[in-house]
Amino acid sequence: MNGIIAKSWEAFGEAVIRDPTGLHARPAVKLTRRAKSHHAEIEVRAGSAGTWINAKSPNAVMKLKAGNGERLYFRALGEDAAVAIAAMVALVEQDFDG
Amino acid sequence: MNDCVSIVIVSHSPEVARGAADMVREMVGTEVRVAHCGGNPAGGLGTDVGAILRAIESVYGPKGVAMLIDLGGAETNSEMAIEMLPEEMRKNVVICNAPIVEGAVMAATEAAGGASLQAVRATAEEFLS
Repeated sequence: MNGIIAKSWEAFGEAVIRDPTGLHARPAVKLTRRAKSHHAEIEVRAGSAGTWINAKSPNAVMKLKAGNGERLYFRALGEDAAVAIAAMVALVEQDFDG
Repeated sequence: MNDCVSIVIVSHSPEVARGAADMVREMVGTEVRVAHCGGNPAGGLGTDVGAILRAIESVYGPKGVAMLIDLGGAETNSEMAIEMLPEEMRKNVVICNAPIVEGAVMAATEAAGGASLQAVRATAEEFLS
């Protein structure tokens, strides 16, 4: 691994996007803001084969372009990792209405 | 709140400026202070140094101000307005090289998390990259 130590992610979660238009701009902003409200490092990907991106980056989240019915996967690392994951999953499950 | 970077939107068109500010408030919320101005003093399309200066002063806070502007004169007039600020405020006001609407939403999203002025600017400017 060339001396690079893989991060040991501490918490994981997933939820399916219900919005008919998918993860469009407004939910993307909400997702980023929810992620930023936690200290933990949080990553998200769209689909089990998607690339992990920083959930606190508005640009990266906006470019996920996840569609309706697609599953978002989360992973977190840090003192409030479990709380952060629960919050991210709840946000998606509540259709970003929060 | 004062612990967020504020946003100033400057367009030649008052409607564009107001619409961009509306998008920020609706998509990001109201904790990031947003000021907007557009149009010349005669009521036509253009920008006005005095109006830009007042917009900056109306939302200025300790974490600074990120500006999103449109074409040509908006830039020179914004630079003039920044130069008219007291010296200690000048270094805390930056013009982002980003599209006005998208840049404003991105900048405000970053600002809402309490990010620094440099981080807010970088997020706005990253949009097209």
